[in-house]
Amino acid sequence: MSNEHDSVVVKHEDNEGSLRSYVTGFLLSIALTLCAYLMVVHRVSTNDWVIAAIIGLALIQFLVQMFYFLHLGKETKPRWKLFVLIFMITIVLILVFGSIWIMNNLNHRMTPEQINTYLNNQGGGF
Amino acid sequence: MSDASTPAASLRLSGTDHEKNSKTVFGFWVYIMTDCVLFASLFATYAVLHHNIFGGPSGQTLFSLPNVLTETLILLTSSFTCGLGILAARANHKNKVLFWFLITFLLGIAFLSLELTEFRHLVITGNSWRRSGFLSAFFTLVGTHGLHISIGLLWLVVLLGKIFSGGLSKNNLRQLTLFSIFWHFLDIIWIFIFTIVYLMGSLGK
Repeated sequence: MSNEHDSVVVKHEDNEGSLRSYVTGFLLSIALTLCAYLMVVHRVSTNDWVIAAIIGLALIQFLVQMFYFLHLGKETKPRWKLFVLIFMITIVLILVFGSIWIMNNLNHRMTPEQINTYLNNQGGGF
Repeated sequence: MSDASTPAASLRLSGTDHEKNSKTVFGFWVYIMTDCVLFASLFATYAVLHHNIFGGPSGQTLFSLPNVLTETLILLTSSFTCGLGILAARANHKNKVLFWFLITFLLGIAFLSLELTEFRHLVITGNSWRRSGFLSAFFTLVGTHGLHISIGLLWLVVLLGKIFSGGLSKNNLRQLTLFSIFWHFLDIIWIFIFTIVYLMGSLGK
């Protein structure tokens, strides 16, 4: 009986945020957004570094909102939501980086110079 | 249902109720994750096409960053007020729930009108989705997010009506929880649109 009671109480907590978690998430998100914005507006460094930094800030903000707004870390075991999330992230990474990789490769192979070189090497047989 | 008056039975009842709720929430979560895959394919399209400006303007000349920052902060605040609404719903304060979700709704409308103003300006100046591969990808990605926001707002209006007339029933509470997940998720997608499309676009990358 007490076991059942415990499990109900624990389950009840897992979706619940507190005022403090929402306020923390909100303030952190605003700070991260402004930080990224100011870095871009003032061009604090070379383009590549700024891009690396704002992508980093976006990923941090993703984690902040997942944790403070969607309360992902408070899920009890088994953590199905987390598993689905990780699976989704895997698919997304394959999809995005796979597309960029394939299309860059294709562009690289299909430049006019490359085609001319190829045709010349073949003795202009086409 | 009939023996719900005894403590043990009511406890069991609330337990299964909660289980049913958490299954619904989990199912909705899986839908959200598949929606993420939809957005990922649009992001991939954008990443591949954003150099193909076909002699037209690039993001560097088109985007107005202060405008986009305003949109971002509006959406972020609406995500926050949505969270406050959920807290009020858990505490069973009907008026507070209506207040916070009304604020969320108005902020959503403000976001959507800013976005549509931007789209309208782009189309009027001849830079619609027909202009280049870059703009097609841009309109599809940002437009799909905007469409999600519109659907969310429609959902919210219906929910507010139901809560206003029917109060905070179990069913309405569950719907509110699902809506809040949807709304937070749209804010998370926007972080990446803000960073990848607008910020990186204005850096000329």
